[in-house]
Amino acid sequence: MSADGVAELKFRDPTRARALTDALGEIVEQIDRMPVSIMHVCGSHEQAIARFGLRAVLPRRLNVIMGPGCPVCITDVPEVDEGVALARAGVHLATYGDMLKVPGTVMSLSDAQAEGARIDVVYSVAQAVELARNVDEPIVFFATGFETTAVATAAAVLGNPPSNFFVLSAHKYIPPVMEIVAEMPDTRVEGFLAAGHAATITGWGVFEAFVDRHRLPVVVAGFEPLDILAGLVKLVDLIRQGTPQVANMFPRCVTKEGNVRAQEQLWRVFRPIGGRWRGIAHVPNGNLRLRDEWAHLDARRCFDIDLESLWRFAPPALVHECICGDIMAGIKSPTDCRLFGHDCVPHAPVGACMVSSEGTCRIWHQYGGHPDLGGRRAAVPA
Amino acid sequence: LEDAVPLSLRDERIALKYGAGGHAMRTLIRDVFLCGMPASAVPEDVTLEAMDDGAALRIGHQWLVITTDSHVIHPLFFPGGDIGRLAVSGTVNDLAMMGATEVRALTCAVIIEEGFSRADLERIQRSLRDTCGEAGATVVTGDTKVMGKGEIDGLVLNTTGIALTDRLVTDAGLRPGDRLVVTGTIGDHGMAVMAHRHGLAIDDALTSDVAPINGLIRTALAAVPDGIVAMKDPTRGGLASALHEMAEKSRVGVVIDEMAVPVMPQVRAASELLGIDPMHVANEGKAVLGVRPDAVDAVLEALRRHRFGREAAAIGSCTADHVGTIVLDTGFGRRLVSEIEGEPLPRIC
Repeated sequence: MSADGVAELKFRDPTRARALTDALGEIVEQIDRMPVSIMHVCGSHEQAIARFGLRAVLPRRLNVIMGPGCPVCITDVPEVDEGVALARAGVHLATYGDMLKVPGTVMSLSDAQAEGARIDVVYSVAQAVELARNVDEPIVFFATGFETTAVATAAAVLGNPPSNFFVLSAHKYIPPVMEIVAEMPDTRVEGFLAAGHAATITGWGVFEAFVDRHRLPVVVAGFEPLDILAGLVKLVDLIRQGTPQVANMFPRCVTKEGNVRAQEQLWRVFRPIGGRWRGIAHVPNGNLRLRDEWAHLDARRCFDIDLESLWRFAPPALVHECICGDIMAGIKSPTDCRLFGHDCVPHAPVGACMVSSEGTCRIWHQYGGHPDLGGRRAAVPA
Repeated sequence: LEDAVPLSLRDERIALKYGAGGHAMRTLIRDVFLCGMPASAVPEDVTLEAMDDGAALRIGHQWLVITTDSHVIHPLFFPGGDIGRLAVSGTVNDLAMMGATEVRALTCAVIIEEGFSRADLERIQRSLRDTCGEAGATVVTGDTKVMGKGEIDGLVLNTTGIALTDRLVTDAGLRPGDRLVVTGTIGDHGMAVMAHRHGLAIDDALTSDVAPINGLIRTALAAVPDGIVAMKDPTRGGLASALHEMAEKSRVGVVIDEMAVPVMPQVRAASELLGIDPMHVANEGKAVLGVRPDAVDAVLEALRRHRFGREAAAIGSCTADHVGTIVLDTGFGRRLVSEIEGEPLPRIC
């Protein structure tokens, strides 16, 4: 076994996991009201919770809500439309694979591709820059994701990319949306589980002001099953004690200050502006756009993006039944949706949550429809 | 979900998912290919209706097992194998999954794109020939077609195999209490092909498991008389699809202990990197066996003595409840195992 394998096992020890779920049950018992609702704001957390079947062992009275944590899902329809319009106008696009099937107003990038538009799937912005270096035509990188991928885009912008490389930024910034969700009347969230990877960049200190304003605890957690369980134990314990504070349960990666150099690069390249998050709300300072200094590689300023040409078509028929927004706001579950698993499946998604590997609907679908199998521990012979 | 046919499965055009070996493909076979097909004159025969790995026809006191498989793969040469080795192994293994481990004969039909390299064709033939030698099989007849440039993508190989067996094993023989055994690590083939195709830097460490495993299965079947009650090779759709099909046809539930499922560290690493569950990834040299509880130890011992079965492991068992459902005990909690509706990435076998 490799050294990596051993490190992995340290955070995948079922005996410790059982001790943590027992502790979680005891603390939730001590909180004399039900249910206790907490929210995570990260698709990777939902992925791990579903992947490891954690919902089946969480206390019945603990309600773990999936927040707006999937960057693909919250990319707004007009943003997808911008990419589609550019691609249909003959501009060569590069983007992350997850974006291809996200429905726009009338079509997805993958639909545009089927009509002949040129769209390359890349695993990193560096690959898109490399692509630009090897061709003579403009390459527009349709940049999506939270601060985790935005810092990579920023580094590419600062890394003297070739003059035919452009950025269409649909990047989003997580901290502001937590404010929005905390203030939504229907969510009743008593605490947040914050994403460990985003916090490696922002630092856990970024949540202090939020805690002061909303009097809700925030726990930064990693993505192995033990990380998540330990994070949940800490969070419900803070709720039990009634002590709103930030706790860092991912100290092997996250510091209070975060990656200061990455933050500097992020804010040198991007400025936060308000904008819609698909299905959620208008989020003040939630969108990241290129600063004026980088206008020469901002696709919005260098190309004439004709959205009107798209909007002449009628929207797809099932979209009005999609409840992705309510799911991302934590008000509803995928199984509340009439389309889930029937008319909305990964190969023919209606809503964005069924597209991305971090989308709640996609995750629930991948892991067998409804991940909660009830309390009885399945018997597996040794 | 199984009862209500999703609207998306009534597509007017055939999408890639219909060839991915999962629920969509079985629906297509049932709704299109089986439609109005006259029944076999011999009622005992196992035919298309059974949707098993092949058909079994009663000939005297024996069964004639017949199976056919068309092979398309990108790239034609991949770490650990090529389309020639795949074409022989796929058909030999399908025969073996019905209990027919002595291959009587193979046929080979090839459709070649205009302009295909002769050197590559010869290389593929050598591989085909060598794999036949390994499996104790030979090609007795064939067919060759060449199509115009762009009318077909490179090369398509079809092989048909026949074999006789005294005892037939189907994929529907599981009963509550039976144990499930895999003959080795899962996900090797599909992950090697995917990593190679997408130029992932880790592809050096990944090798396809493509191999004819009729010898391995022969050893396992001989270990305990009637000890093995069901078999299936987890090719397209991976272990998840194989388990679903076996559970549905046998009318049992299945519980799998994830920690017991053998996965090579580099396959696990690649699967985490790509976000693809190894249980959904194709294998070309593995089998899932349903084994009577009292025969498990002997079957495992026999498998592990064979070079293709060193990593064989008991991974779960069958239950009378939650029929047709695969429950995965992750060691941390429990979840259901779904079948994939398309391929994780196009054309892995």
